[in-house]
Amino acid sequence: MSKELIRLSDLRMVFDDEVVLNSINLYINDKEFLTLLGPSGCGKTTTLRIIGGFQSPTSGDVFFDGVRINDVPPHKRKVNTVFQKYALFTHMNLFENIAFGLRIAKVPEKEIEQRVNEALELVNLPGYGKRSVDSLSGGQQQRIAIARAIVNRPQVLLLDEPLGALDLKLRKDMQIELKKIQQQVGITFIYVTHDQEEALTMSDTIVVMDKGNIQQIGSPTDIYNEPKNAFVADFIGESNIIDGIMHADGVVGMYGKKFSCVDSGFQKDEPVDVVIRPEDIDIVPEEEGQLTGTVTEVTFKGVHYDIIVDFRGFKWLIQTTDFSPVGAKIGVKIDPDGFHIMKKSSYSGKFGDYSSYSDEYDELSEDAEDADEE
Amino acid sequence: MKNKAISYPYVGWMGLFVVAPILIITLYAFTTDDGGFTLSNFQDMAQYTSAFGRSFLLAAIATVVCLLIGYPLAYLLARESGWLHRMANMLIMLPMWMNFLLRTYSWKFLLERHGLINTLLGLLGLGPFQMIDTQGAIVLGMVYNFLPYMVLPIFSVIEKIDPKVIEAAQDLGADSITVFRRVILPLSLPGVLSGITMVFIPSVSTFAISRLLGGSKTLLLGNLIDMQFLGSAYNPHLGSAISLVMMVIVMVCMAVMNHFGDGEEGVTL
Repeated sequence: MSKELIRLSDLRMVFDDEVVLNSINLYINDKEFLTLLGPSGCGKTTTLRIIGGFQSPTSGDVFFDGVRINDVPPHKRKVNTVFQKYALFTHMNLFENIAFGLRIAKVPEKEIEQRVNEALELVNLPGYGKRSVDSLSGGQQQRIAIARAIVNRPQVLLLDEPLGALDLKLRKDMQIELKKIQQQVGITFIYVTHDQEEALTMSDTIVVMDKGNIQQIGSPTDIYNEPKNAFVADFIGESNIIDGIMHADGVVGMYGKKFSCVDSGFQKDEPVDVVIRPEDIDIVPEEEGQLTGTVTEVTFKGVHYDIIVDFRGFKWLIQTTDFSPVGAKIGVKIDPDGFHIMKKSSYSGKFGDYSSYSDEYDELSEDAEDADEE
Repeated sequence: MKNKAISYPYVGWMGLFVVAPILIITLYAFTTDDGGFTLSNFQDMAQYTSAFGRSFLLAAIATVVCLLIGYPLAYLLARESGWLHRMANMLIMLPMWMNFLLRTYSWKFLLERHGLINTLLGLLGLGPFQMIDTQGAIVLGMVYNFLPYMVLPIFSVIEKIDPKVIEAAQDLGADSITVFRRVILPLSLPGVLSGITMVFIPSVSTFAISRLLGGSKTLLLGNLIDMQFLGSAYNPHLGSAISLVMMVIVMVCMAVMNHFGDGEEGVTL
């Protein structure tokens, strides 16, 4: 995992005056599992389609192995795509589906047979060649779509939310399987998803995108532990994001108190966003707490409780295995490495407050709040 | 089980106006005027072999021509969007809003010995050509009248092909010709089959087109049957026998074709 394979340089995409991609710069290494992660409309699928050759950027260049490929049509690119809804050929059996690319490449019949059977084995569907597309479940169709792409031995496999249509259990199994397949065949995967957990599970590198811009590039642990701005912090996992002031290196102030943290490199008294992950907060008796608040909501989640705690009007989400009843006064303690300090960005103040938090019942709770305010 | 009652009027209608007439025709075909069983009606048909041959040949030619014109047209329509699409759609549908006889009559005026086309050609010092009262004129009439029935089913099938499937084929290395040959064509086959059916059957049994454009010399099955029921050679038993045989041949043709279509990489209608 070292050599650079694909480089996107200053990619810009505009549809009908709407900026879909705004100056994307990205390089992708050989044999890397890279995920483009973001909400719908962030430009991730457009980026993938530009790499696949299905769309041309308004401006900017795509380099493959150092050669500019902007004008190379899809059928001449050394990449293959696994489409979101599989896009299998319903008029052919599974063998012919997988053999499609090999037949076009005029691979000898004997080799076709061998490679198709290998591909079927790779995706755990040996002996399925004679079956029809309609006889398969969604998960099986997805495997065939992967086999159909991989059998051509592309240098890069593009995957456009390939697990989006599967149910949760199957999706989790397929995540692990996809990662295994990627390591087995040793090629670059570029994976598009809006599911942060999927991205964290499989990727070597995650590219978080929003509104046509790359927000952060990094390994899953980097992205999770050191989010660059409020958007990333909120999109990857749950985050409490609180206004703070950086008094000095290793000292951050919020709620008028000083806390020790491990971040440094900010100007003196610079306003910052402080991210505290819900699982990094310890609940302690009121008198021992660095801060004290009131529990306003408790939700049992199986492994832990999600509790919402009101700290002077700003509500935090805390994940804990200790039960605290609604109305209880509690104290909290946060270790220095539980604080993640971010510079202020255009996303500041938009995320990280759990005042309206209520699982599936978002709308209901908003209504309830409106009633409270009246 | 549920809502079965809704289908009763339809079943009644079918029984009354589809099944019953076929039974009556079958009965007529095997009987004489006094009601006795006979096969002579079928023996009498021997003299009309040429009309059978001509009808099926002309219908087949018209169907092939419709397919050759209709498929590319349907393909372009389905791939095109915007004003060109709407305009072409309009042009295909427009003649269907006009009365069938009127449409066919207008061709008569165009093709006549002293009609519009010969007059124009005369100005250029060409002709006059014999166009009306030929088998060519009949085929022209069939193609003109039945082309939309070829275009529309093919169009609707091609339009429904998921663009992602085409992208998948491109992605796997197929250039546009291969995409067409290996993906679009086989996927559009059901539309082609129903287009062929919808053009071939009315073409075989037409009598108005051949009467208006084919003159008195070219006798087609439709005219023959027409004559047995309403015309000079009044003989409903023979007419029924001819209808029955024509129906059977058409059904065999369709069955063979559908079977052939099914065999082609497993397309099902």
